[in-house]
Amino acid sequence: METVTITMKNQPKLYLEADNVSPDKFAGKKASEIAALHAYEGREQTTLGKYFEIAGEGGATAADTRIIVKGDVSRVKYIGMKMSAGEVLVEQSPDMYTGAWMQGGKLVVKGNVDSFAGIGMKGGEFLIDGNAGDYLGAAYRGDWRGMQGGLIRVKGSAGSDIGYFMNGGTIIVHGNTDVHVGTHMEGGRIVIKGNAPSKVGGQMVGGEIFVYGTIDVMMPGFKYVQDEEVEVDGERSKFALYYGDTGERHPKRKGQIVYGKLYLKI
Amino acid sequence: MSKSVTDVICPFCGTLCDDLEVIVSDDGKKIEDIYNACAIGAEKFMHAQAPDRIKRPRMQQPDGSYKEVSYDEAVEYTARMLYNAKKPLMYGWSSTSCEAQSVGHEIAEKVGAIVDNTATVCHGTTLIAVQDVGIPSCTLGEIKNRADRIIFWGCNPCHAHPRHQSRYSVFPRGFFTNKGHMNRKVIVVDPRVTDTAKLADYHYQIEQGRDFELLSAFRVALRNEPLPETVAGIPREKIIEGAEVMKSGRFGIIFFGMGVTQSLSKNHNIDNAIMLTKDLNEFTKFSIMAMRGHYNVTGSGQVLGWQFGYPFSVDLSRGFARYNPGETSSNDLLRRGEVDAVFVLGSDPGAHFPISSVRKIAQLPSVCVDPHITPTSEISKLHVPVAFVGVEVGGNCYRMDNVPIEARKVVDPPEGVLTDVEFLTRVNARLDQLMGGK
Amino acid sequence: MTEYIIRNGFVFDPTQGIKGDKADIAVKDGKIVKSTEVSSKAKTVDASGKTVMAGAVEIHAHIAGPKVNEGRNYRPEDKLFTYKPKSASSRMAGGFSIPTTFKTGYEYARMGYTTAMEAAMPPLYARHVHEEIKDTPIIDEGAYPVFGNNWFVLEYLKNREIENTCAYISWLLEASKGYAVKVVNPGGTEAWGWGLNCLTIDDPVPYFDITPREIVTGLIEANETLGLPHSVHIHQNSLGNPGNYTVTLDTLKLAEGFRAKNKFGREQVLHSTHLQFHSYGGDSWANFESKSKEVMDYVNKQKNITIDTGCVTLDETTTMTADGPFEHHLTELNHLKWANVDVELETAAGIVPYIYSPDIKVCEIQWAIGLELALMAKDPMRCFITTDHPNAGPFTRYPRIIKWLMSAEARKKQIESFKHGAKMVEATHIAGIDRELSLYDIAQMTRAGPAKALGLSHQYGGLAPGMDADIVVYDFNPEKPHKPEDIEKAFSAAAYVMKTGVPVVINGEIVSNGNKRTLWVKAKVNENPQVMRDIRDKFLKYYSVTQANYDVSSHFVPNPHVIEVDATH
Repeated sequence: METVTITMKNQPKLYLEADNVSPDKFAGKKASEIAALHAYEGREQTTLGKYFEIAGEGGATAADTRIIVKGDVSRVKYIGMKMSAGEVLVEQSPDMYTGAWMQGGKLVVKGNVDSFAGIGMKGGEFLIDGNAGDYLGAAYRGDWRGMQGGLIRVKGSAGSDIGYFMNGGTIIVHGNTDVHVGTHMEGGRIVIKGNAPSKVGGQMVGGEIFVYGTIDVMMPGFKYVQDEEVEVDGERSKFALYYGDTGERHPKRKGQIVYGKLYLKI
Repeated sequence: MSKSVTDVICPFCGTLCDDLEVIVSDDGKKIEDIYNACAIGAEKFMHAQAPDRIKRPRMQQPDGSYKEVSYDEAVEYTARMLYNAKKPLMYGWSSTSCEAQSVGHEIAEKVGAIVDNTATVCHGTTLIAVQDVGIPSCTLGEIKNRADRIIFWGCNPCHAHPRHQSRYSVFPRGFFTNKGHMNRKVIVVDPRVTDTAKLADYHYQIEQGRDFELLSAFRVALRNEPLPETVAGIPREKIIEGAEVMKSGRFGIIFFGMGVTQSLSKNHNIDNAIMLTKDLNEFTKFSIMAMRGHYNVTGSGQVLGWQFGYPFSVDLSRGFARYNPGETSSNDLLRRGEVDAVFVLGSDPGAHFPISSVRKIAQLPSVCVDPHITPTSEISKLHVPVAFVGVEVGGNCYRMDNVPIEARKVVDPPEGVLTDVEFLTRVNARLDQLMGGK
Repeated sequence: MTEYIIRNGFVFDPTQGIKGDKADIAVKDGKIVKSTEVSSKAKTVDASGKTVMAGAVEIHAHIAGPKVNEGRNYRPEDKLFTYKPKSASSRMAGGFSIPTTFKTGYEYARMGYTTAMEAAMPPLYARHVHEEIKDTPIIDEGAYPVFGNNWFVLEYLKNREIENTCAYISWLLEASKGYAVKVVNPGGTEAWGWGLNCLTIDDPVPYFDITPREIVTGLIEANETLGLPHSVHIHQNSLGNPGNYTVTLDTLKLAEGFRAKNKFGREQVLHSTHLQFHSYGGDSWANFESKSKEVMDYVNKQKNITIDTGCVTLDETTTMTADGPFEHHLTELNHLKWANVDVELETAAGIVPYIYSPDIKVCEIQWAIGLELALMAKDPMRCFITTDHPNAGPFTRYPRIIKWLMSAEARKKQIESFKHGAKMVEATHIAGIDRELSLYDIAQMTRAGPAKALGLSHQYGGLAPGMDADIVVYDFNPEKPHKPEDIEKAFSAAAYVMKTGVPVVINGEIVSNGNKRTLWVKAKVNENPQVMRDIRDKFLKYYSVTQANYDVSSHFVPNPHVIEVDATH
């Protein structure tokens, strides 16, 4: 595997759109070719080389390419967008749309990510050591096909609207979240090891939400079913299982109504 | 002899009343009286007559004072500001005509601007909800002719849309509703005892910030699923009773306002209200409508829609259109420092935006195009006064139910004062020169 | 104005019976002239080895107006990653199934379409429709106001008052700047005002106590009394339901006994639109099957009927129709976002996204039915290619449909790629059809035919001297061997397009925004004080706007092309 290290040298005045920072785009390119890839600051089309020091070269394919992003990237959007393979390591905290529409590979952020990280995600592994903003692993506006697959793990806390319209894959938040977890969820699994204040599982059709901490106000459309022991993130725990959202439509499978499942740790 | 102009459109709120009669002096210069308008609408016409009205552009000086400049200078400043910016914000558009919006969009496309309208702090969340789950709706005449269940959720038309209830929703006699309000049951959901709540048959005095839960609870009740004892401070029995009232009607409508669009859960409240409406269509006929504020905010969404495909917060900076409120919305752009110039036309962000955003506007190169002196004009580098749309110049507008109505000109603007379209057209032409010389 | 001569192309022109002969087409002052009438200064366009046709005419598409725009605004995901930046001669353009107005004009032009009709204009929203038409570059456009659920029409026709119906049609065409009499789910959409529907032609409309049968025959009679350029244009009851072909045949039979009366050379009295959605057998989605043969057998022998196909393109698209109850039915099936607008006294509309998946048997059958209609048509002058854009798919897929119609091999390949190909073949006729349409057939189905049905054959759809200089050159040599894909490629991006004498597309790229016009019909009738009083009365009591604020004023139609009809006899 080849490694490309890009280091912030000139901060953008506004924000930088760096959707070309992805193993798919760097693969097969030398440092000078990577430096010539487009980046955008407002309406100005410039190059990555204007903002980043580039060292190393891409592997033959995306899968053979690792990118290390160094320096202050708090004004850089779209790192790892649509990446399908390979690795990206961001040492500090990037701005919005990190790992947006990600399809595969591994994306690690040592700091925090801003909103819309991993939106429309289809696959791959996305690890965030710090906190995440709003709309983590959510659907793009208007799309009923949210996160389809892959794993997002947040060591810190996350904002509101995580897993909005989620269809598949897993989101694990070790800390707390803000309101609206798994709204309109139809599949996949969300695990919150801390607290979630309210609006959890609202309009949920299917899928699973686990909350280890507390929910201040439950949605009215969840009915207690039974206590269950379930293995989550490598450990077995006991949960109270609720079916919901009973205000929402639910499909039938083999004559049985399929509900969304909300598990509260006992 | 005074003249009477009939069928005049009121350029105040989204109700867009089109039955005003304006009495104009013989020379066609002075408005003498206004019939049929509400107090706010009438004031809008009379304001155009104010003796202290600003009639020429003003440029802010280093000491904070204003110096009168010519329209030529104003055009030059505006064109250069937009030309030099990497990512200008062009905000407002809700109190002007579709014709002006269209010229503005042409400029925005040229300079790679972000075009946003007042929905961004008002019913933008509604538009997001519509994008997520659709919207079953109707025209206001349908309400008048058919509706027998009227729900006002988080809105207070008695004050914000004063003629709404008499023209369309509560009192009028229509084709299938010939007993007027006797044919209708009115439900109001509001944490406050508003004047609208006072005339309701049912007032649900909901706990603040729990609209999402109560909407869900109505949906649970419609499906005959169990409910907790109280939801959002409302007892279970009352919720079940409300659901029965809704589904027992022949034709129902939910009107909603900023009480739900800008409180906790925002777009999700509207989303769930729309889904409640959709559920009710399994039992009877039901519609839902946003109580839009500015008289042509709806039109701005329409023109943006057919030209770029998104109703607000449209980012044209990269030469193609993108949209994602939370990123491309005015307050997020200002708060985060994403834009380097601000152009405002047909709105007053100085009065409506959070102070952190207003400070940013004050720090940036900025132009405010507005007939009035406003909080925005007072913090902008350049203030360009223009003719009042719907009073001194006509143009197309869209009512809250998206019905287009062409506003009329009633009197001439003061001599030499440009219209929005004229000013924008000159800025556009100047930009062509600047860009041609690039 | 500039003169042009388009030299040496293989010309296909049904109006003159030219079937691929090499010929020159000369242009002067925006019109086609004899080659001898242009001077030696005429600019030459070399079309040798290429196909030359008139500009194509779209007879039915939803491209402008309130529901189209709601479709745009409520589907940001339809535009994601589809946008094309602006160029020196074009605005930025985006959207897949519901493109922006700019993209609509550009994409039609790039395919060689120079005229398009918006298929359903709610009169109360006519101003909006015209604002969008104004912003759609290049192509000439008209719009059909909807009449089939209008309270005036229901009340007049209940009493068989044809003359009053005519006077009202005349008034509304002028007020809305409309082109033709459109009927969508007659009676059913008014019933939808109460959440109900009319699923056969004899279901009474609630309160108004009239049937779809009476509405349709009454409007045909009124249309022919007026002598309008286009016939009544019908979207029938029970669209999209298994077994609906019997309702379709019942409706088509209503045209029996009527003869076209007009000065425009139009021969049909009824245009049945997007027939694919109305040619369904079976009584559930499980035994759903094609009834294209039954329907086309009838259409083929009835000279006073024209149809368009409504071909399914196998894409993710956005359905939208004035058939409000149908869209509600659809959202109950697919659970996708549902928009609806009921329009006071006039109509309604609904919108739901839909995915025509090649992995779903019903969609595969729908694909077959659309193509079967065209392949079974005996008279290509009476059968037109549409997708009922965007309902069965976006209009940008016309080149692909033309490929399927012109190539049995392309159809075979498509069937083989289907997940349920064998089951689909059982439920349809497509696999047994080896007909391949010729370029001449295509010219009839996309040019001369729709132009004639619209009463516009004097100016559109052909290349005879005196007609508008709407000319297309496709990079396709009919004398050379070709692969099916070559057809799609050639029709996707014309080598050259001229609109009323102005070159607008060169090598598939937009070079000019042309000089687009709006077509509308002014039908003069005898003074009718009763109808004028009824109109005044309805505005005072039931409309939410005043009568004075209803008419579309002329500045919304900046470049009008008015077709005048005198029905004062």
